[in-house]
Amino acid sequence: MFAFVLRRLAVAIPTLLLLIVFSFVLMHLAPGGPFTGERALPPQVLANLEAQYGLNDPLWLQIWNYLVSVVVHFDFGPSFVYPDRTVNQLIANGFPVTLTYGGLSFLAAVIFGVSLGVVAAIWHNSWVDYLAVGISIGAQVLPNFVMAPLLVLVFTLWYRLLPGGGWSFSDPSFWVMPVIALATSYMASIARITRSSMLEVLGSNHIRTARAKGMPEHRVIIRHALKPAMLPVISYLGPVFVSMITGSVVIDIYFSTGGIGKAFVDSALNRDYAVMMGVTILVGALTILFNLLVDVLYAWIDPKIRY
Amino acid sequence: MALLTLTDLSVRFATNDAEVRAVTDVNLTVNAGDTLGIVGESGSGKSQLSFAIMGLLARNGRASGSVMFDGQQILNAPVKVLNRIRAEQIAMIFQDPMTSLNPYMRVADQMAEVLTLHKGMGKREAVAESVRMLDAVKIPDAKSRIRLYPHEFSGGMRQRVMIAMALLCRPKLLIADEPTTALDVTVQAQIMALLSDLQRDFGMAMILITHDLGVVAGSCERVAVMYGGRIRETGPVRPIFAEATHPYTQGLLDAIPRVDQEDEELRAIPGQPPNMSNPPPGCAFQPRCPYAREGCDSIDPPLEIFAPDRARACHAPVAEVLARRTTRHPDTDQPAAHPAAHPGAVADSAIPRGAVAGAGAAGTPTEGQP
Amino acid sequence: MVIDQQKMQSLSDRLVTDEVRGRSPWADARRRFWRNRAAMLGLTILVLVVLFALLGGQFAQWSGEELDFSVMGQVAQMGQPSIANGHYFGTDNLGRDLYARVVQGTQISLMVGIVGAGIAVIVGTLYGATAGYVGGRTDQIMMRAVDILMSIPYMFVLILLLVMFGRSMSMLFLGIGLISWLDMSRIVRGQTLSLKNREFIEAARATGVSSFRIIIRHIVPNLLGVVAVYATLLVPLMILTESFISFLGLGVQEPLTSWGALISEGAGTMNYGTLWQLAFPLFFFVITLFGFFFVGDGLRDALDPKER
Repeated sequence: MFAFVLRRLAVAIPTLLLLIVFSFVLMHLAPGGPFTGERALPPQVLANLEAQYGLNDPLWLQIWNYLVSVVVHFDFGPSFVYPDRTVNQLIANGFPVTLTYGGLSFLAAVIFGVSLGVVAAIWHNSWVDYLAVGISIGAQVLPNFVMAPLLVLVFTLWYRLLPGGGWSFSDPSFWVMPVIALATSYMASIARITRSSMLEVLGSNHIRTARAKGMPEHRVIIRHALKPAMLPVISYLGPVFVSMITGSVVIDIYFSTGGIGKAFVDSALNRDYAVMMGVTILVGALTILFNLLVDVLYAWIDPKIRY
Repeated sequence: MALLTLTDLSVRFATNDAEVRAVTDVNLTVNAGDTLGIVGESGSGKSQLSFAIMGLLARNGRASGSVMFDGQQILNAPVKVLNRIRAEQIAMIFQDPMTSLNPYMRVADQMAEVLTLHKGMGKREAVAESVRMLDAVKIPDAKSRIRLYPHEFSGGMRQRVMIAMALLCRPKLLIADEPTTALDVTVQAQIMALLSDLQRDFGMAMILITHDLGVVAGSCERVAVMYGGRIRETGPVRPIFAEATHPYTQGLLDAIPRVDQEDEELRAIPGQPPNMSNPPPGCAFQPRCPYAREGCDSIDPPLEIFAPDRARACHAPVAEVLARRTTRHPDTDQPAAHPAAHPGAVADSAIPRGAVAGAGAAGTPTEGQP
Repeated sequence: MVIDQQKMQSLSDRLVTDEVRGRSPWADARRRFWRNRAAMLGLTILVLVVLFALLGGQFAQWSGEELDFSVMGQVAQMGQPSIANGHYFGTDNLGRDLYARVVQGTQISLMVGIVGAGIAVIVGTLYGATAGYVGGRTDQIMMRAVDILMSIPYMFVLILLLVMFGRSMSMLFLGIGLISWLDMSRIVRGQTLSLKNREFIEAARATGVSSFRIIIRHIVPNLLGVVAVYATLLVPLMILTESFISFLGLGVQEPLTSWGALISEGAGTMNYGTLWQLAFPLFFFVITLFGFFFVGDGLRDALDPKER
């Protein structure tokens, strides 16, 4: 197992470094450079700024410096637009918020999605099944940016039950709509995948063997069917994670929750490349780490995968 | 008293396209300690028959009729009743040991759970008993190999594990569904020998389902030949092999490659098995039958006792079939699958084309089964 | 919002089996597809939506760019949908005709979806078929590259690209297409691999049929089923991606518009009692996605029928 993790890391770490280099080169290629925004700066100021940010060094040196600062010191440098704030500060402000509602959404999507899918598969062609299929088809067309306004319309404008935006760590009523908006479509996808994979497994030969042993059906499902049925779901968790982080941008904008998505869009609109890169790299690192966890989980369940 | 009695057992599957009649009106008995062979091509309904006995049909399958086991009705019985009989009284070995063992569980856990479930043993005790059973099926080094996963065993070893697992509760009846089909020829012989030994040692009855008449000859007392979901011929093994009274049984026997007769070429039964979602109105074997006659395509012959302990379902007289006087040579490319789709096809094939040439092609009678 | 890779794999396996048996899956599939009610409904919806995009402009009383000064400033009261003043779908918050804008949004969203899916399918198929057919080290390197690209948060990179190189339609097409070919390439590679070592391909090779002809005669016809299903299911995902970006204000730029941009505007003005500004674009967005999903699922089920 240890060697397996090590081998995965051997792929993951270069990937991350590549991502850092790639985004840095991309920034360098951007037409006009980072300081040619709407506000025209005097040439002298521009020169000073470029010297201060090290933009006159050769490209490889700039990349090296950036890499060292990111990897060794975990320092993404100062913001290009607000020189008094560092990228680290901006991320540190938003990250706990994103982590809270993102984590809750992820858990909600997995728990409810898997339960719904399993129940639908067990009572195949019953009303539960039709309900689950109906929900998952319906939710396909309700991505976060559609759910968010609809939730606000119903719960804030019509019934006035929940605050329409903002964030507070102490008041969970602020959490409800972001979590629902973010989780719904993934919950539906997970339910759909779980259902079809569970149906497949329940029709498989080794489940027939388990039934022939005279086991009660619930034990057949828990002991024999659940693990293999979860494999496709587990490999889908990586993409869910990435899409949820992406979706958090919409949540942050629409609900003004103040997570890192907000920082990202602001920086995109301000052409604050330092912050954009910082967020992209952070998200990339999280993604790579998460995929590593998923791989390990998968290998742990499926004994046929040799480490 | 018979251990297992099937009366008018039928199995239907509801599919999107049509209802498939997998098994129709099967009557069979198995006595304690006996071995019954059920023979037929793939798709003849023999596996579904065994699943119906165990209540293991797929979701869209429905069984009707009666299955009495030890004086108790078990067909469509409540799951609780079935679960006390499965593994404890009737155990089953499946065709494909690759996929029939749970690939995600250690063999120890898969075997021990049978004993903890039915015998109330503790985990440690159950594993110890499982090791003893693995020894009994001659798995070397059972004590350490029981900790492995199924994919770490070879095909033959996996089937031995299946057998050991089935025998854990010392069932009265073992249903072996093509136990050797997925295995190498040399391994097949070993597994069959093992099954015979174990059956004798444990004193259990066995239903052996196979498409291989050679396997039946070696290990069964009685045999039932299935075609198109029905039993076509049944009786003790020896007379059936010596003088098969049903054209299909003859075809099966002819299809066995023989080394003791030099001039013998390998003969397959021409044509295809019937499509059971759209079965022919008459005898299902009629499109492929060399003895087909008027009425075969419209009336399905009933299974009739014609000699003590022997029954057959055929319109052709026993004497004619035994004498191998062919009425016609069956059209080799006759697609038996869609008779109703082409109404002309059935009528055409009834015309005895090449009736004279057919007699020679049917070959010499096979007698004296080794 | 996901293409079930397990089902795609099953479809791919089925088509390979059919090819090996020398059977055409298409004849039966066509019959099954026409009998699938959900797929027929989806197809009808899609035809209607496409007709709306193509011909809807003919019926517009206003262009999407002119401001109706009679409703400006009192959109909630005057700008409601009405036949009388020619604003069938009402006006947007600036007094522009929403009908004309929805027609334009439909055109653009459909175009982005189809072109994006087209790019993804072409790149994915070529890449996957090449990797699978060439095999060996090339294959390993190519697929490792796919693994690496898969763990990149593409939406962030896409936004990065859009911001750095300016928000143009072509950038949007390219960006959206180029981030979705990875799964496609994996399936195509798998199918190519399982085909190329089959006896009939080796026989063709042994009798001197050129690689090109083998790919055209045996590999490509097989990929067709998977590609068709994949493309149909990718279009709605592309539309979703575009709408997502436009919702954030980073996609299509004024005066052009798309469903995402219209939904974003409508969602922003909900409070002012102009709910139709959200409802109309959302309606077209939702039914079109349904249409594509139904047709795509129907196609797949027709080609790979299972009792479910």
